Amino acid sequence: MAKAQVIDALIQALGKEKVVTDPEDLICYSFDATADMPSKLPDVVVVPASTNEVVQIINIAREYKVPVYPRGSGTNLSGGTIPIQGGIVVSMQGMNKILEIDADNLVAVVQPGVVIQDLNNAVAPFGLIYPPDPGTVATATMGGSVSECSGGLRGLKYGVTKHYVMGLEVVLADGSVARFGGKTVKNVTAYDMVKLFTGAEGTLGIITEITVKLIPAPEARKSMLAIFNNLADAGNTVTEIVRSKVIPATMEIMDKVTIQTVENFAKVGLPTNAEALLLIEVDGIPEVVEREAAIVVKVVEKNKGKIQVAKDDKERDGLWAARRAALPALAQVKPTTVLEDATVPRSKITEMLVALQDIAKKYNLQIGTFGHAGDGNLHPTILTDARDTEEMERVHQAVDEIFKTALSLGGTISGEHGIGMAKAKYLPLEFGDSGMEAMRKVKQALDPDNLLNPGKMLN
Amino acid sequence: MAIYDGLKEIEEELIKCMKCGNCQAVCPIYKETRSESSVARGKLKLAESILKGQIGYTPGIAKRFDLCLTCQACSENCPCGVKVHKVILAARAELARQKGLPTAKKVAFNLLRHPKLFDLGLRMGGKFQGLAFKKKATGMSPRFPIGLESRRVLPTLADKPLKSLIPEENRVKHASKTVAFFSGCVTNYIYTSAGLALVDVLNRNGVNVIFPKDQHCCGAPALINGDVETAREMAKSHVEIFSKYNVDAVITMCGTCGESFKYKYSELLEKDPALLEKARAIGNKTYDISEYLVDVLKVDFSKLGNVAMDFTYHEPCHVGRGLGLTRQPLEILKNIPGLAYKPMKAPNRCCGGAGSFSLTNYSLSYQILGKKLDDIKGTGASTVVTACGSCRMQLEDGLAQENMNLPVMHVIEVVQKAYQNSKQKSSDKKKLA
Repeated sequence: MAKAQVIDALIQALGKEKVVTDPEDLICYSFDATADMPSKLPDVVVVPASTNEVVQIINIAREYKVPVYPRGSGTNLSGGTIPIQGGIVVSMQGMNKILEIDADNLVAVVQPGVVIQDLNNAVAPFGLIYPPDPGTVATATMGGSVSECSGGLRGLKYGVTKHYVMGLEVVLADGSVARFGGKTVKNVTAYDMVKLFTGAEGTLGIITEITVKLIPAPEARKSMLAIFNNLADAGNTVTEIVRSKVIPATMEIMDKVTIQTVENFAKVGLPTNAEALLLIEVDGIPEVVEREAAIVVKVVEKNKGKIQVAKDDKERDGLWAARRAALPALAQVKPTTVLEDATVPRSKITEMLVALQDIAKKYNLQIGTFGHAGDGNLHPTILTDARDTEEMERVHQAVDEIFKTALSLGGTISGEHGIGMAKAKYLPLEFGDSGMEAMRKVKQALDPDNLLNPGKMLN
Repeated sequence: MAIYDGLKEIEEELIKCMKCGNCQAVCPIYKETRSESSVARGKLKLAESILKGQIGYTPGIAKRFDLCLTCQACSENCPCGVKVHKVILAARAELARQKGLPTAKKVAFNLLRHPKLFDLGLRMGGKFQGLAFKKKATGMSPRFPIGLESRRVLPTLADKPLKSLIPEENRVKHASKTVAFFSGCVTNYIYTSAGLALVDVLNRNGVNVIFPKDQHCCGAPALINGDVETAREMAKSHVEIFSKYNVDAVITMCGTCGESFKYKYSELLEKDPALLEKARAIGNKTYDISEYLVDVLKVDFSKLGNVAMDFTYHEPCHVGRGLGLTRQPLEILKNIPGLAYKPMKAPNRCCGGAGSFSLTNYSLSYQILGKKLDDIKGTGASTVVTACGSCRMQLEDGLAQENMNLPVMHVIEVVQKAYQNSKQKSSDKKKLA
């Protein structure tokens, strides 16, 4: 009964066209991009067009004690947007305006439904970029990206989303609207609530406006491909490049399984007998780029790597095509692709890579590892078939061991994908009882009825 | 795998989808609706839900599967290689079997099964269209609500179809090759000048052109709407008709027709070994006209006459992604002297036409077309060139609605113009001598 009342109330408040109830549509909001997760139909999907409409949705949810799941493009990889307890999915895609590009202050103000690439296209004429670039940059929304605190290929030099969020407008669980931070570079006033809501995965409030930092676009860049016959040499190269005071924008690694699979599918001319590849890109002022590239070449050669430097944009595109082909190629080998997000301090990259190979052997699984070696963020990708229950059992054991290994090396369970449902059970391993308790208190204070994205992160 | 005969057959395709959502970035419909059920990922989930028995063949499901342009942008952009357009067609076929087709479509496709009646209808249409349509400066709009959007500007039906304008055999002296020409409905009944241009250009290149008079609709509209049986009949009939001729190649001038001959006929006839072999033989020698001129005849376009014109090129989905011909049309256009290419930002973005989609979803189709028109406007070009009659109809409608006054030409018409101009040049020379 409550369900019909909730839908009626939402229609009353927002109008019929913003309230979606056809089962054919609800099915399409029952999942996100995470493999091996349960799916669940929401009772209703709403598409608000303003902060005020979000407030009304929250008030209805409070009145009827119905769960609320904010959602962007649903490209997230941790089950964070699955409406696991039914209720209201709030699609933020109706709020997709770029409100302001303030080139003097190097900031942009956007609504949460803006696609990241669209923001980048809009700021390009000003010679600016918004650096966070998750793999789904052409699809993912700013709101989703801020909520998951996503990263990407440029994390090593440019950091992750939270390093670029300067201000937020948030609708809280009590229906009030709060604004934190703003356009000032220096802002140290009180608690850093902006950071708290960034990466909160929609469990503390619904983000309705975002102010982000922009940076000048790099004038020049140089891409290089380094080929290694030994995994440790590749790992050591990563560490030594950074030790030489060179911070590349990108330092991506591919292991042997990935190289062979990519080459098998994409035929881009990768050396299939190599143990590892590094794709390195330095960017910035032309003179500095030249100097840094020379240091990279020296370090690679010292570590017994063979290096290819892209002479022009065409060669650069070729190298990048190989990197971009990694996931697609792996995804085509088997129907189910379990992509993990284990992250370690970059000095431990070699150990982690070796451990991943051992785990693959121990559980008799096909694991291709690629990822952002420079920032220690690896994507061991287990190739399996969800219909094979026996193998899936081994997959789950392997995943447990992957995260335990990352933590034992001083790492973390998420470098850029968030916790959601997929990694909630590992959270206590990283935070301990007191850490978990502190986070629960925050959640309890801001959302006492547990209406916002229940079943995620802390549950 | 007989994908058109049961949804079960496409299960493997569905399992490949890892729900990454990359399809959202390229789907023209999703860009307008921002609704998960209108993008490939959502539709694949719906197909999965049907197979699992979680939802039946509801009218709502049919509505969701109707919302696809079959532009194949999702399939091309899919990291997992899911052939989404095949799933869509298989699902539509299953829906048609389970629920039947809407009456209007049923009537239309029944007509396709009677080519003579269909031909008569459109010939009569050519004569009596003034009764039902208001003439406009650039075409006409329906006078009565005949199921078409009344705002729509449609091209005038030709007084006489192509079939009445050219003989069955168009031979030249010292011919090096003989081809059979499949015109498709749009060229036959509307853009006859493009069909004439094709015959002219091939003849000028020493190619005999046979135009089988009993050819009819390629069947793609039926297949795209899920009427597999009608499509199969069309396939059988064309395979038999075109097998009779001993020709070097079959030439098409529309990507959708080209796909039918090249791929779809063998898929449709796969359970009939004798016909399958013939269908494959025909498929293997089917070429789009641009491909034939560039890759087979290797025409040196730089030697043709001057065509002083700046143009932009709209790449039809079924020519570019469907047949993989992204290079050939531009190779022609860039090499003809005098032509200046002003590229669109996204030449291969769907124009929203998609055959009957634009008739049954006019507003949405027009929104998608609006993006294309903006892109065209941004190029500053004075002519739009494309390689498909159906796209041409859609573009002409939009350009007329927006008073943009740009002519739309088929690539082959530009080539003909270049030949005509070179002839003029040589006759001018003669005069001078």
